[in-house]
Amino acid sequence: MVLRVGIVGWGAYIPRYRVKVEEIARVWGYDPSVGAELGVYEKAVGGVDEDATTIGLEAALNAVKRAGIDPRRIGAVFFGSESKPYAVKPSATIIAEALGIVPDTMASDLEFACRAGSEGLRAAFGLVASGQIEYGLVVGADTAQANPGDVLEFTAASGGAAFVVGPARDAVAVLEGVYTYVTDTPDFWRREVSPYPVHGEAFTGEPAYFHHIESAVKGLMERLGLKPQDFDYVVFHQPNGRFPLRIAKRLGFTKEQVEPGLIAPYIGNTYNGSAFLGFARVLDIAKPGSRILVAPFGSGAGSDAYSFVVTDAIEEKRDRAPKVDDYIADKVYIDYAMYAKYRRLVLRYNM
Amino acid sequence: MAYRLSPARLWREKDSRYRLVGGMCRRCGRRFYPPRPVCPYCGSKSVERVELARQGVVETFAITYTVQEGFRDQAPIVYAIVKLDDGARVFAPLTDVEPEKVHTGMRVEAVVRRVRVDDDHGLIAYGIKFRPLRPAKSGQ
Ligand SMILES: [Zn+2]
Repeated sequence: MVLRVGIVGWGAYIPRYRVKVEEIARVWGYDPSVGAELGVYEKAVGGVDEDATTIGLEAALNAVKRAGIDPRRIGAVFFGSESKPYAVKPSATIIAEALGIVPDTMASDLEFACRAGSEGLRAAFGLVASGQIEYGLVVGADTAQANPGDVLEFTAASGGAAFVVGPARDAVAVLEGVYTYVTDTPDFWRREVSPYPVHGEAFTGEPAYFHHIESAVKGLMERLGLKPQDFDYVVFHQPNGRFPLRIAKRLGFTKEQVEPGLIAPYIGNTYNGSAFLGFARVLDIAKPGSRILVAPFGSGAGSDAYSFVVTDAIEEKRDRAPKVDDYIADKVYIDYAMYAKYRRLVLRYNM
Repeated sequence: MAYRLSPARLWREKDSRYRLVGGMCRRCGRRFYPPRPVCPYCGSKSVERVELARQGVVETFAITYTVQEGFRDQAPIVYAIVKLDDGARVFAPLTDVEPEKVHTGMRVEAVVRRVRVDDDHGLIAYGIKFRPLRPAKSGQ
């Protein structure tokens, strides 16, 4: 398959606040070693005035800066999140408006747990490849929710990343192929009125995360005739710091291929931002000619496996916006009380 | 008392709230925020709307501990007058900064954040705030 499309610009955003896993363990009476078990030591927390839309907007501004294009040439804005500020009212239009992309564009919010943004990426590539739009903007951002005291709370984090996609001639990374694998799997869900998601405990790993990513990645490599050693970098969805290393090993990838794109240990699981931020971190350092495998995963369940080849254009675009590591390093620790206020775990009534 | 944000007002103000659109006077050349039909400096009605510079410096500020109902979660709020690099002055809250670290001359950049939220059922008003340049050590 010759698609002639690729990533034209990438952008990240991670809020500055961090809460340590040991602080959450202290409040809820967990074994202090829980962080080591999960491979996550602290997580990023959005400030009191941040939500998935503002986080996505910051990432999108960085992506458009790197792309260096007039935003009016963007013909589709897709926003993937499972923490939309409004149940009904698109975030994609707010982002499109703030970037000056409106009104001559498509815009929609997508939902597929943590891979909604990735579905947007596939759709945008398809629209560019078929000549219906010149450029597309894809945003994955979340202020991930977790029931206080649930094991999910150690990792559920805030952050996002965005990509401008367009024709291969402008690309920093050309899309070589993509394969998607989905089934109906009840591993994680949230009903309309529930504030927090519910997960199927042990069921979230094997039949969900591992089976879908393994199937997507094998399906892609078969179609492209590639082997694990053909890739320089591999990025998986990162619900914690351990799963990506485990799936990598199972598929025959080395730790060295995974680590550059592994961000969960420093910021936690940013849901729709997770694999996207890992991919952005790889683009921050990748040399022309590098081949990158990216495999987001979303509960419910599905995984996409993409293969990208980096072009010479990457070098001049790299320094146009802050890098993932700049955001990881720029942090302020808060305690559980401030985190609870910022993430609206404490309900306050205006009377 | 419950307070309702006006959908019409938020819609009218979205350019200034999302993209820092201000006014530029064609007669005296000065820029101002928010945009309005008459130049606040020379009274000219020949004003065009332009996107203002997104970076500037804190000229003066006040830390507010006593806040209106609806703003308690954001307190203390640091309100500042920011002089943008294009000369316009913007009165706006600061964000992502500890109040004791704010000082005049501090370089800041515009971001879009939640300014006010109408309880669990109403609208979310996004708008311009300023924060210290971030990330602190970026190559920009
Ligand atoms: Zn004037």
